[in-house]
Amino acid sequence: MTATAATLKAQRAAHPSKQGTTKVKLGASDYVLRGISYLVVSVFTLFCLLPFVLIISASFSSEAAIMRDGFGLWPKEFSTEAYQFIFRFPRMIIGSYVVTILMTVFGTLIGLFVIAMTGFALQRRDFPYRNHISFFIYFTTLFSAGLAPTYLWVTQVLHLGGTYMAVFLQLLMTPWLIILMKNFARSVPFEIVESGKLDGAGDFRIFLQLVLPMLKPALATVGLFLALGYWNEWYLSSLYLGSAVEFKPLQYYLYNVVNTANALKNSVAGANVTITQLPSNTLKMATAVVATGPIILLYPFVQKYFVTGLTVGAVKG
Amino acid sequence: MATQAIMTDLEGPPTRRRSLGSRLYQARMLLIMCLPAIIFFLVFSYGPLPGSYVAFTNYNYRDGIFGSPFVGLKNFEFLIKSGQLWLLTRNTILYNVAFIVLGNILQIALAIMLNEIRLKYFKKVSQAIMFLPYFISVVLIGVIAFNLLNYDTGAINALLQQAGGDPIKFYSIVGIWPVIIILFQLWQSTGYGSIVYFAAIMGIDGSMFEAAAVDGASAWQRIRYIILPSLKPTFIILLLFALGGIMRGNFGLFWNLIGNNAALFPTTDIIETSVYRMIMSQNNFTMSTAVGLYQSLFGFALVMLCNWIVRRMNPDYALF
Repeated sequence: MTATAATLKAQRAAHPSKQGTTKVKLGASDYVLRGISYLVVSVFTLFCLLPFVLIISASFSSEAAIMRDGFGLWPKEFSTEAYQFIFRFPRMIIGSYVVTILMTVFGTLIGLFVIAMTGFALQRRDFPYRNHISFFIYFTTLFSAGLAPTYLWVTQVLHLGGTYMAVFLQLLMTPWLIILMKNFARSVPFEIVESGKLDGAGDFRIFLQLVLPMLKPALATVGLFLALGYWNEWYLSSLYLGSAVEFKPLQYYLYNVVNTANALKNSVAGANVTITQLPSNTLKMATAVVATGPIILLYPFVQKYFVTGLTVGAVKG
Repeated sequence: MATQAIMTDLEGPPTRRRSLGSRLYQARMLLIMCLPAIIFFLVFSYGPLPGSYVAFTNYNYRDGIFGSPFVGLKNFEFLIKSGQLWLLTRNTILYNVAFIVLGNILQIALAIMLNEIRLKYFKKVSQAIMFLPYFISVVLIGVIAFNLLNYDTGAINALLQQAGGDPIKFYSIVGIWPVIIILFQLWQSTGYGSIVYFAAIMGIDGSMFEAAAVDGASAWQRIRYIILPSLKPTFIILLLFALGGIMRGNFGLFWNLIGNNAALFPTTDIIETSVYRMIMSQNNFTMSTAVGLYQSLFGFALVMLCNWIVRRMNPDYALF
């Protein structure tokens, strides 16, 4: 990731002009390439979209039709049976939603604040030891304790096993996001800091009132990656939460519904049916749609920051 | 380790040299602002490091990490003799090689083609859709695989049966999974990964294309002699950094596709999934720590080596 941005920056600096400014007569090979390009890009785009269509269609099919004909691209015998099951006994999924939303909102806000503060301080050239602190943070990406020592540490020393905190705290920040923020903060002119100092403002006030408003695009980008981390989290939950909590984070909830028959049944606890009477195929697909839905709806609005994260990217720590 | 380049680059404005203590006191607020992050990494990244000692013990819960009997290198000996370490290393590296080679080829091809697209709206929409797979949780990938591949109701088997063929038991064919895993990995990351190459193509000096067109160069010559050479530095740097991470696997992808399906392990078990299982289903902290330590050390050496090569080629791109 890091090399990427450096490369891009160097190349942009070398060739600021963009191509395609003049009209030159196109040869036959140009038209062939262009034709192939439209075709391949279209096919690849469809290929990316297809699995989503499969899942949504399946969720709106009747279980009987799926059992008979299998999954397909179009809904088979259109039915909202699976959604009715979910929303008639919505206790579990609502609980998961509440847990995930709370974690995402507070995790993103707190993480963003700490990351912004750190990124701002670490690029201040009048801050002694900034390079040492940067390396202290960066080193964790080079060498880390494996999963086993971390697991022992978190459960037996910090005693966080079975608590939401085990998940919430570990997702608060990553070295990469701090470096990303640091690079964004570098674009804030040092004169801003100096003018603040002349006015007698302390470092924290300079950060909060002068620098933070200038970092809005950075906050959006880093915030997006943090929020995505919380929303898509299932891994730490599977390690530290297991079945210790009643309401699992959304993706871990989905993971269980898909992979264990028991969780599938519990997901509609209250429905007086046996596991064989459940529309298990369509129920899994509908749960996937419900668990993914909101993030896909938000996607068009945040996509631009998603790209910034890669292209502005991180230069070396 | 931080480079002198950075040091000189960021040398502050010419101020009077004061003692370090007073300079630190001056910057106390900045230090306090860094404190939450420092504490975070101290607690969650550095805290577990001493626990790696478990790799040299016969760990038991009662005696704890430093009370359990010391056994030296016995655990590593066992892992090597049983062939497990070799199998995991081979799988992890081979998968990464496939991801790197196929991933880069597809990303470059896609970037070149995206650059040919002139309809603005078409480009915008298709790019947005291509990034979408990278955006979703890996659990959903497991759901997609179930939808496509399960024996009774899977979409592919449904198609096969409609065409008069026999359904395939994907989840018990060992040899087919490397292909499936690689396809899913490419599906998820090709679109997003192409951004880097696309941006590099956008950065090529336009006058080169004009000159080529005036000389009557064909589209293929344009790709061969202008675009591909321009992408070479980006490619080499990305390649070297990918090589540095070649011992690390994409746990989420493998786990959500394979899970506990032991029949598929010979071709699908990587270091991460094996360690996870040792902890979660066997409570075996000794072996899992040993494997993890081996992975960390090997990986660290690789990153150092690759960074050294990058630095020799172009110090600007080096990580440190």
